[in-house]
Amino acid sequence: MSLYDLLVAPFAEFEFMRRALVGVLALALGSGPLGVFLMLRRMSLTGDAMGHAILPGAAIGFLFAGLNLFAMTVGGLIAGLLVAVGAGVVARATRMKEDAALAAFYLVSLALGVLIVSVRGSNVDLLHVLFGTVLALDDATLLLIAGITTVTLIALAVLWRALVLECADPGFLASVSRMGSFSHIAFVALVVLNLVGAFHALGTLLAVGLMMLPAATARFFTRDLTAMVALATLVALASGMLGLLVSYHLGAPSGPSIILMAGLGYAGAVVTGPVGGLLSRRPPRRHLEA
Amino acid sequence: MLTRRRILAATLGGAVALAASSAFAQSPAPEKLPVVASFSILGDLARQVGGDRVAVTTLVGPGGDAHVFEPTPADAKALAAARLVLVNGLGFEGWMNRLVKASGTRAPVVVVTKGITPLAAPDEDDDHDHAHGKKGHDHDKKGRKPEHAHDHGAIDPHAWQSIANAKIYVDNIRDALAAADPAGREAFAANAAAYIARLDALDAEVRAAMAAIPEKQRAIITSHDAFGYFANAYGLKIIAPQGVSTESEASARDVARIIRQIKAAKIPAVFMENISDPRLLDRIAKETGARIGGELYSDALSDDKGPASTYIDMMRSNVRTLSSALSS
Repeated sequence: MSLYDLLVAPFAEFEFMRRALVGVLALALGSGPLGVFLMLRRMSLTGDAMGHAILPGAAIGFLFAGLNLFAMTVGGLIAGLLVAVGAGVVARATRMKEDAALAAFYLVSLALGVLIVSVRGSNVDLLHVLFGTVLALDDATLLLIAGITTVTLIALAVLWRALVLECADPGFLASVSRMGSFSHIAFVALVVLNLVGAFHALGTLLAVGLMMLPAATARFFTRDLTAMVALATLVALASGMLGLLVSYHLGAPSGPSIILMAGLGYAGAVVTGPVGGLLSRRPPRRHLEA
Repeated sequence: MLTRRRILAATLGGAVALAASSAFAQSPAPEKLPVVASFSILGDLARQVGGDRVAVTTLVGPGGDAHVFEPTPADAKALAAARLVLVNGLGFEGWMNRLVKASGTRAPVVVVTKGITPLAAPDEDDDHDHAHGKKGHDHDKKGRKPEHAHDHGAIDPHAWQSIANAKIYVDNIRDALAAADPAGREAFAANAAAYIARLDALDAEVRAAMAAIPEKQRAIITSHDAFGYFANAYGLKIIAPQGVSTESEASARDVARIIRQIKAAKIPAVFMENISDPRLLDRIAKETGARIGGELYSDALSDDKGPASTYIDMMRSNVRTLSSALSS
């Protein structure tokens, strides 16, 4: 099997592979940078929680309109933003810390989602909602994902300074500018938006993987933020493409393959990463002695 | 302040009250024989044979998927009250054993596929889920295991898709009902005989309709391999984009293989099903130029308003859909 057969032929022969590739590449472009910021703000698990929180909204959309792109997207967006805002409000108005509030909100949200889908009587439907189908992206879904990515990249460019400052020193940002809370809300909204987009391709359970794993991988290679964002995006792109190829050649389900490719990258980085990886932390060798 | 003892007492009191009320709720004896069938098609057959003498409850209702059904307490309650439990067996209801045990029912559990010749599941690579079909048969009184060894261990449970098998189902249901309600033996036998006559007519009808389709055209692709018995009995070639269970997720390789196959064999139609992911089939249809053929009913009846609210209607509806898509 030549390199062409291995890497190019699947995409050249089949339209569904090309569509899947375009879909995951677009997702990777938005998810890579967002994942880095989530990680640097110690919100890695927030992404996961939000991923589950969109389920009931998508489920309500599904209940009313079936596997309808628009209804499920809008529903997911509303549910995700409600949970994010609700948890934020509870954290500010009461003595509860934000992580506990978020956990409470998303667990209720997830249970509600499972309940709503089950009301319709079929559990297979639920599986389709939990696991998306990257192999069955139609025009509308692709346009939605591409649109979300475009909005994300523009918004990131506008918010960049505020986001960086808030990672480094949120107290300082609050003292010199009112951008702090605005950029925080906008950032959470971007995360929800990207998760909803990824949800159509990868499903609620795996959507977060394309965000967090590449970011965590990049962290082991550089301390520079710009380089980290670039590297995370590259890793996300590569795992998307490699995952599809693995799914094609070895017959593994596509969504998990993509995330597992990113997982392999992460495992490699943990061991070999020059910035704080296992090998880089060996005690320094002794100097040559006479 | 609530002491631990008081909480305990309150809980106990509540439990006693609950137990008492549920005992009351169950005390009036039902006049009809309460029968629980595991899914809608079996429920319909049981109603046809039982007639007025039985009250049939189905666990997996119309449109539901029995492969991945999650029982609710109401289902366990229905089982506990039942005098007879009818299941398909062949690994179709993996959850049934646990549910029967948990409900504490004393009703005999009868496997209605007793006596049919099982087919191997038509998947090649990954037979995930019907492995537990092998273990799932200890409730079968005669201890009969599917005598079928030359496959990879997976057996296709969708035996009702062949009308000849449905007749065996009816025989088994008749015997089971007669054993549970000996007074109704004659009524059940008469109902069963009348229904089997209708099934024979249906069988002839299906054969005639299939024979009218040009032989080259008799191939379909559908998203769930539930039509193995139908294909076997009535000469239809089936390709499916997924393994035998709806639980496995399709891989890119599977989809690529199917697309190649449709293009190579010039298969005219792709079929939706009432329970599997339609987005994937849409994509395959678009990519191959095959027509999307309409809805085939496999594991579940439609609701009363749908075209397949009984077994006979279901088979008719399927054959009508098939011939309109394939014979043009």
